[in-house]
Amino acid sequence: MIALSDYLILGAILFSLSVAGIFINRKNVIILLMCVELMLLAVNINFIAFSHFLGDTAGQVFVFFILTVAAAEAAIGLAILVVLFRKRRDINVDSLDVLKG
Amino acid sequence: MSSEQLVFYGFSAILIFAATMVITRRNPVHSALFLVLAFFSSAGIWILAEAEFLAIALVLVYVGAVMVLFLFVVMMLDIDLATIRAGMIRYLPIGIITAVVMLVSLWMVVGPEHFGLDKYAAPARHAADYNNTAELGRVLYTVYVYPFEIAAVILLVAIIAAISLTMRRRTDTKFQDPSQQVTVKKADRLRVVKMESEEKMELK
Repeated sequence: MIALSDYLILGAILFSLSVAGIFINRKNVIILLMCVELMLLAVNINFIAFSHFLGDTAGQVFVFFILTVAAAEAAIGLAILVVLFRKRRDINVDSLDVLKG
Repeated sequence: MSSEQLVFYGFSAILIFAATMVITRRNPVHSALFLVLAFFSSAGIWILAEAEFLAIALVLVYVGAVMVLFLFVVMMLDIDLATIRAGMIRYLPIGIITAVVMLVSLWMVVGPEHFGLDKYAAPARHAADYNNTAELGRVLYTVYVYPFEIAAVILLVAIIAAISLTMRRRTDTKFQDPSQQVTVKKADRLRVVKMESEEKMELK
């Protein structure tokens, strides 16, 4: 039988991998967005596992909303990326210093 | 090893392999394709956890829409790969250290001693006539109907934001304005010039 901890550890591994991905790909905005999607996937696996083991459909409803928000986030993020590329001709994070932050 | 475990560990291995490939590939197109593989294998795990509707929604929404959007953007932008990957080796050690520390601390929280089978027994499988989609819909349209409507508004806002961000009017392109064409008046195009008529020349 699959234990709840197996699902949770799988989510933890996936989350840690995407955190490492954010560290080593810190120049490429596209890969950063993909790492964020992986993080959300890890969180969703946890929600699904708890929903399955506690017999509560609410967890799946939350996954539904997370999918919605993640799709919106990807669409707006990529739109910002396209506008950025049109202005600067590259997508390096280091060139995002127009606001002098 | 039971078939259930075989499916779970098989999909988990594919998922972790695909996630590792996503963060280490040099070419963003390869990363996007491995992300598709990661979504597919996690959809398999979700089906194993009896969340069939969400598994199919993951394949349709993510593989079908979001990842195609990613691929479009990757191929539309002309990215210089050499400069982007310059710092990859430099930040590899700190990335690995952070990931390992995070994984160990998460493992101590969610490990088998807190969430093992003796603490949370595996639930009995639903009967063959159990309908996950109907169950999810029943909860979604009763208890969570207002959050559902808010989610719809969020998607609408995302559509408007994405279109208004990327739409641009180029001043140097020539185009026809049909509304101006059909509302044109005779006076706009035609000029009647009054002038003296020519004197009649006499033939000799």
